[in-house]
Amino acid sequence: MKLRIIHSLIITFWFMLLCFPLVVLKIDYLEKSIRFRWINLFLTGLCVFFISLLWRYFLSRRRKYFLRLPEHFFDLHQSRLIRSKPFLFIFSLVFLSLPLILPNYHTSILITAMIYVVLGLGLNIVVGLAGLLDLGYAAFFAIGGYSFALLNHYFGFGFWASLPIAASLACLGGVLLGIPVLRLRGDYLAIVTLGFGEIIRLILENWEAFTKGPSGIPDLPKPGLFGIQLDFYSSTIYLYYLLILCMLAAILVTKRLSYSKTGRAWVALREDEIAAQSMGIDTTKTKLTAFGIGAFWAGIVGAFFASKNSFVDPSSFTFHESAIILSIVVLGGMGSILGVILATMILVLLPEYLRFLESYRMLIFGAIMVIMMVFRPEGLVKSVRQQYDFKNLK
Amino acid sequence: MTNHPVLSVHKISMRFGGLNALNKVSLQVFPREIAALIGPNGAGKTTFFNCVTGIYKPSGGYIELNGPDLRPKRINGLKPNLITRSGLARTFQNIRLFENMSVLENVMVGCHCRTTSNFLNAIIQTSSFKKEEQGVIEKSYELLKLVGLQGSANLSAKNLPYAEQRSLEIARALATEPRLLLLDEPAAGMNPQETTKLDQLIMKIRERFNLAVLLIEHDMKLVMRISDKVFVMAQGEKIAEGTPGEIQNNPRVIKAYLGEEVDVVS
Amino acid sequence: MDLYFLELFFSGLTRGGIYTLIALGYTMVYGIIGLINFAHGEIYMIAAFIGLTFAGIFSILQFSLISILLIAVFFAMLFSAAYGYTIEKTAYKPLRQASRLAPLISAIGMSIFLREYVILAQTPDFLAFPMLFGDLELPEFMMDFIQPTETIIILVSFFLVGILLLFIKHTKTGKAMRAISQDREMAMLLGVNSDKIISFTFMVGSLLAAFGAILISAHIGQINYNIGFIIGIKAFTAAVLGGIGSIPGAALGGLTLGLIESFATGYISSDYEDVFAFGILVLILIFKPAGFLGKKEHKKV
Repeated sequence: MKLRIIHSLIITFWFMLLCFPLVVLKIDYLEKSIRFRWINLFLTGLCVFFISLLWRYFLSRRRKYFLRLPEHFFDLHQSRLIRSKPFLFIFSLVFLSLPLILPNYHTSILITAMIYVVLGLGLNIVVGLAGLLDLGYAAFFAIGGYSFALLNHYFGFGFWASLPIAASLACLGGVLLGIPVLRLRGDYLAIVTLGFGEIIRLILENWEAFTKGPSGIPDLPKPGLFGIQLDFYSSTIYLYYLLILCMLAAILVTKRLSYSKTGRAWVALREDEIAAQSMGIDTTKTKLTAFGIGAFWAGIVGAFFASKNSFVDPSSFTFHESAIILSIVVLGGMGSILGVILATMILVLLPEYLRFLESYRMLIFGAIMVIMMVFRPEGLVKSVRQQYDFKNLK
Repeated sequence: MTNHPVLSVHKISMRFGGLNALNKVSLQVFPREIAALIGPNGAGKTTFFNCVTGIYKPSGGYIELNGPDLRPKRINGLKPNLITRSGLARTFQNIRLFENMSVLENVMVGCHCRTTSNFLNAIIQTSSFKKEEQGVIEKSYELLKLVGLQGSANLSAKNLPYAEQRSLEIARALATEPRLLLLDEPAAGMNPQETTKLDQLIMKIRERFNLAVLLIEHDMKLVMRISDKVFVMAQGEKIAEGTPGEIQNNPRVIKAYLGEEVDVVS
Repeated sequence: MDLYFLELFFSGLTRGGIYTLIALGYTMVYGIIGLINFAHGEIYMIAAFIGLTFAGIFSILQFSLISILLIAVFFAMLFSAAYGYTIEKTAYKPLRQASRLAPLISAIGMSIFLREYVILAQTPDFLAFPMLFGDLELPEFMMDFIQPTETIIILVSFFLVGILLLFIKHTKTGKAMRAISQDREMAMLLGVNSDKIISFTFMVGSLLAAFGAILISAHIGQINYNIGFIIGIKAFTAAVLGGIGSIPGAALGGLTLGLIESFATGYISSDYEDVFAFGILVLILIFKPAGFLGKKEHKKV
């Protein structure tokens, strides 16, 4: 223990040294002023000390088998509580009545959270199930949002008329991106998708004549309800219920796919591409289906997102956005539906309510990605493959 | 035996840079035949398998697979998954299971190329999809019973002991309904009891599915016990072919093996 | 020859020199552990900030320009090497045995973390960077198509690439680096301390990036937290273009990319400056992933 503390002190000292020029000093050479912010150094040191203690402790646990977390520690799938009918009933009742009780502000936050759940589920198909690391996922989100915005702006299409088009275009975008990258290995694929995402965003930003450039497209309508005029308050509630439907659909589809022939092909591809191909799996088709279906969901919620804000601009679809969605998948657990929901709550809802953390949000996201990879690469909720029952087969 | 071979390979060659990994190798495997491919390390046996199964594209020669209609079909240049669909399945020397899938699912993946439903059927859960899915489960479970793994069906494949992983690879390959099964060192790392079980399994598979087997193996006892025909390769070329008895007395084979410790049974 | 052409040519060489300096870091790390070090661009950015801090202190203390430049370069290199070392130890070393995606995701996380760290510790705004090269003079006829700072950047980057090549070829550490990139396990069996060499590689890569960061910041005159992201991807493009893992390839790729970009923005349109680079990246990865000088990989079964 004493040794550990000494070691952590050394590490703390090292980090304080590293941080000194950026964290403590603030120079303005034009004004000729140097500010020393010693308090920052102290706080950094304190954080580093405790983090390094924990880090080293968990690292040693990770190595020694007998000190590991129990295998099913976080396996919420198995939890009786979550599966029990009364719990599910009460949970859905509360969830459904939330917008009626809460002020509009909170409803709107929940809508954002559900948009992220669907995005997470979509990316989960590509990254979690099929094992294709996609760093440009926000591009499909953008395609969805801009399809709706442009259709509305130029042709006066409403939300419902645009939605299928937005979804199809995003899906098409996914497949078209998929075709050239079929042969690429994991890390090259990551870079190409990142490049693709940035190209889409740069085009949106620079093609001013068509996309209105960085200023974006305003005045987008909310989804219609059989021609009934809704005020701002009730249209938000309406959107809330629509997104619940959308999210449930995404969960259902993902679940069904994941335990079907298609899902098995995805996972087989993730586990071993050569073996998968040798077992008769058409890798081209399988990869393209993953890209297409993943992008499809991004397209759908892209339209929802644009409609919710009544506005789109390129700054909503940066690499940042892709990184947030990826960290949802990574934190939740690759391939796990419950994981995505849980991770969205942690990564999207929590920062909304812990406002003092707002400026640290991305810092924490980055740290989470590293920490998860080091300590629990399978994510919070470990995805379990379906169990089959053979009693009636024997 | 009929005159029509299941697999006939005509003078295939494979070059890696300046290295001739395979040099005009020809061989034929007939229905219901158990053939063995032997040779010292580096003779090009696995490269040969990889060429036949489409993982490598041979730089010369051609490969024909005879369909049930006895019409030969050229398979060189096809993608591995299409070759598997034409009736050729394989296992790997260094086991390549889908580790994080369950044992049963590994076999179910093998059924992939014999089913027709697509992802839309799965989303809507059509009755034909459900029926097909149920069929796949039953068929896979049967295969697991055949190789004796029915008790571990729901385990993760990576949690199986080594010898069982090899059996699972065989079950997975059988699920593709091959007419020719290629086994790449199926007995590697097995103890004598496990090896005996393995050769019973291979015989059983031939009887049950009426298929031909081509195996690469270093365990000469196993090869001599079960094979009808033996091909010998050395340095990328086929140097001999014949019954186990003929091979044992072939001077070229003995020469190729000189200096290597192999217990050729007399 | 057309003066405009020459101007673009030399500005392309300048860009190319900087891309090369950063690309070397990517290529060396990839060569040794097969990881795309996403955080490399951020090291470049941090080096620029550290350089600015020290340049600021010493310019307030009224040092001469040349000594400020040397001090800024020295501290930027020192600190960025330390950052490179620390990042490797924290985010990558525990993942040596993990699957291929894990270190990549960890690297992305690290890159996000470092950007936010600089935003929080310093500022999200642009900062002016002192023009440390002062008023250099070139012969009259050259001033028409090349800026003095550009000559310095081009010369320095060529010089550094030369040194690095000699180092890799002739020193014991350089040989160990090559051995590890060929076959890590074998090299370890032969007594090469692979952990040490990997740390060393990260440090050298960071040093070179720091050098590039100070040179280009003093040339352009402003920095912010975002400079590492775009230039990182471009330098990675350069590394891939030349053949990732190959040091001469990084130089070749860097220069090619710099020239293409310079001519494309000069003759076509400057709005799509970054699109050219990303476009090249996508095309090269799809059609010739081995790059100019890289080795073609064989599928291992």
